Amino acid sequence: MGIKEPINTYLEIYEKMLLIRRFEEKAGQLYGMGKIGGFCHLYIGQEAVVVGVDSVKKKGDQVITSYRDHGHMLSCGMDPKGVMSELTGKKTGYSKGKGGSMHMFSKSKDFYGGHGIVGAQVPIGAGLAFANKYKKNKSVCFTYFGDGAANQGQIYETFNMASLWKLPVVFIIENNQYAMGTSIDRASSTQKLFSRGQAFNIPGKLVDGMDVLKVSKATEAAAKDCRNGNGPYILEMNTYRYKGHSMSDPAKYRTREEVQSIKNKKDPIENFQKYLLKKGIKEDEFKKIDQKIKTTISEAADFAIESEVPELSDLFNDIYLEH
Amino acid sequence: MNNIEILMPALSPTMEEGGIAKWLVKPGDEIRAGDLIAEIETDKAIMEFEATSDGIVGELLVKEGTNQIKVNTPIALFRDEASATKEKNLIIKKTNEPSTSKANPLELKASNSDNTKEITNSIKIFTVREAIRDALAEEMRADQNVFLMGEEVAEYEGAYKVSQGLLDEFGSERVIDTPITEHGFTGLAAGAAFGGLKPVVEFMTFNFSLQAMDQIINTCAKTLYMSGGQMNCPIVLRGPNGAASQVAAQHSQDFAPWFASVPGLKVIQPFSADDAKGLLKSAIRDPNPVIFLENEILYNDKSASSKISDQLIPIGKANVLIEGSDVTLISYGIGIKHSLIAVELAKDVDISVELIDLRTIRPIDYETVFESIRKTNRCITAEECFPICSIGNHLSASIMENVFDYLDSPVLNCSGKDVPMPYAKNLEEATLLNPKEIFDTIKKVTNRD
Repeated sequence: MGIKEPINTYLEIYEKMLLIRRFEEKAGQLYGMGKIGGFCHLYIGQEAVVVGVDSVKKKGDQVITSYRDHGHMLSCGMDPKGVMSELTGKKTGYSKGKGGSMHMFSKSKDFYGGHGIVGAQVPIGAGLAFANKYKKNKSVCFTYFGDGAANQGQIYETFNMASLWKLPVVFIIENNQYAMGTSIDRASSTQKLFSRGQAFNIPGKLVDGMDVLKVSKATEAAAKDCRNGNGPYILEMNTYRYKGHSMSDPAKYRTREEVQSIKNKKDPIENFQKYLLKKGIKEDEFKKIDQKIKTTISEAADFAIESEVPELSDLFNDIYLEH
Repeated sequence: MNNIEILMPALSPTMEEGGIAKWLVKPGDEIRAGDLIAEIETDKAIMEFEATSDGIVGELLVKEGTNQIKVNTPIALFRDEASATKEKNLIIKKTNEPSTSKANPLELKASNSDNTKEITNSIKIFTVREAIRDALAEEMRADQNVFLMGEEVAEYEGAYKVSQGLLDEFGSERVIDTPITEHGFTGLAAGAAFGGLKPVVEFMTFNFSLQAMDQIINTCAKTLYMSGGQMNCPIVLRGPNGAASQVAAQHSQDFAPWFASVPGLKVIQPFSADDAKGLLKSAIRDPNPVIFLENEILYNDKSASSKISDQLIPIGKANVLIEGSDVTLISYGIGIKHSLIAVELAKDVDISVELIDLRTIRPIDYETVFESIRKTNRCITAEECFPICSIGNHLSASIMENVFDYLDSPVLNCSGKDVPMPYAKNLEEATLLNPKEIFDTIKKVTNRD
């Protein structure tokens, strides 16, 4: 079992997943109000993946992902105010309003982005793992990508090098079934993405990405392998996104019934709550958490709306680092 | 009797001369096609040289250890077997006597096989290749986080022998052979840079950097800005750029203007060995991504070889190579080699040219350029890249915007021609920037044509 010290830790897990859900719902609202511009990719439905992985993350381990990144940032402890402010393009955002939804980073939280080009974060993640190995620090890099990116050429260039050099990297494929509007069976000649490392001798495992405990357990084993010098490792997280690819996606490529059915049967937050109720955690505890998150999100949204836009005088700053 | 002349072979596209590192045969030896007859030292490596037909070794026309033998110079005489048999003894006797062949080996100076030459006042002259290797080695000694990766950089010692000796000194953890996957290893190196290391990535040639363009532009150049100043990418991407010799369209192009158009990158294209060393050391210490454009022809070029001042050369500073009063000639990289000749030609007709080596293409040292034009009132540019969106085009506009009132004549641009590089020698020559074109343009801009 990946998650230790049940009760408190379980509630923290629940809280994190719910925080992501409520944050994303609010982001969707603000987008509709015109407060958030550009591309905005919501993580609703996939919360168990990142929260499960992070439950076994150790200090110094890095995280890098694609543009569907809000959940990853909240999960690694970045401040919802700073994330929301970046979405609204304010100077109080993590990237001072210059990155937006897809390009946010927090070096202090070991979160390396937030990358807007499909698949580009994968060799970068292997490079972070390369640095870990070079420095002999035992840290692991969790490198996320989607089922769409799984067909990118650079993924396989990276698999080859990661395996050749035994890099401590766990590749986490978030298979949410749709690469934008193209379902996996229409884009991938083989759909067992976890076995895509076979040609490179990389072990892979299919995991129920809607079950936070299963995600946690599988990740713990994979990360342990990597820490012992037996990396890399591939985990395919079978998951589902409830919302469109981005805010402008009419989602005509799937039926409402399909989405509803997953929500009813597989929702990672509801199912985990049921599990915890069975374990004897009282309803009250959940109510407290709900209320706390409501306040957090509301404060984050207010902060993001009220914060100042970046100064024009900041336009040409941070192109180069002075030394 | 049928003598067969064995000629100094061209063993690489840019090889113009070579040396006999070792003879593997002696006069009188019977040779079969495919037998090794000598070790030839080229500008890149020591290579084995095979006989292409059967015969008996007659004379060895060039002594072992001789360098700077032009390609196609006779280096040995073979005889075919029938005619050779009866004269065999005679030939053996002649072996050690000076040859009277038309190659006149007496004129070929035997010199140290080491490329580092000692000249009379005992100041060491370095080739660009040695300068780059030394810069890498010194920075790797100084900073444990500096490492070199790329295709054939370690065990092969570099496709162009630039990383010679580095694997021995620094080991395989810091000098890393990669698979042939530019997109992947450039992204990986960028990640290593974000992770606190200082990668130097060698592209076997910059033509292959096109495979990695997304990582260079979208990751290396932009992440600092997109992260609000949190994540810098201290990476050096280096390797030969521009045309070599007859390697045709896909392997002959100068990317300086491509990279120079991207905010977030620094772009260097040195000419001399001294600049190559001082600028590469600065590039490795720079906390930003630096594109370092080398040139295969200049690696061993005499005009680019120089003494080394062992000082860091600041990025973004141009160098006034030759002072003059009639016209400013702005160039960089291999353009300087051609420009130096053009400046001499101009001197012969009493035109005084001020030659500026930009050295850094981004950021450009505008002030040095403008200062010179305020003095000469005329300007031409010379570079190897395609003519459209060239650095010369950009400078023309900047000069017009800033020092228009000082100009007595429009700024003229010389560059490579607007065509994919052809293979045939004559067509390639017609495509490349050359001294005559620069000289003609100097005359034109000074109304002397």
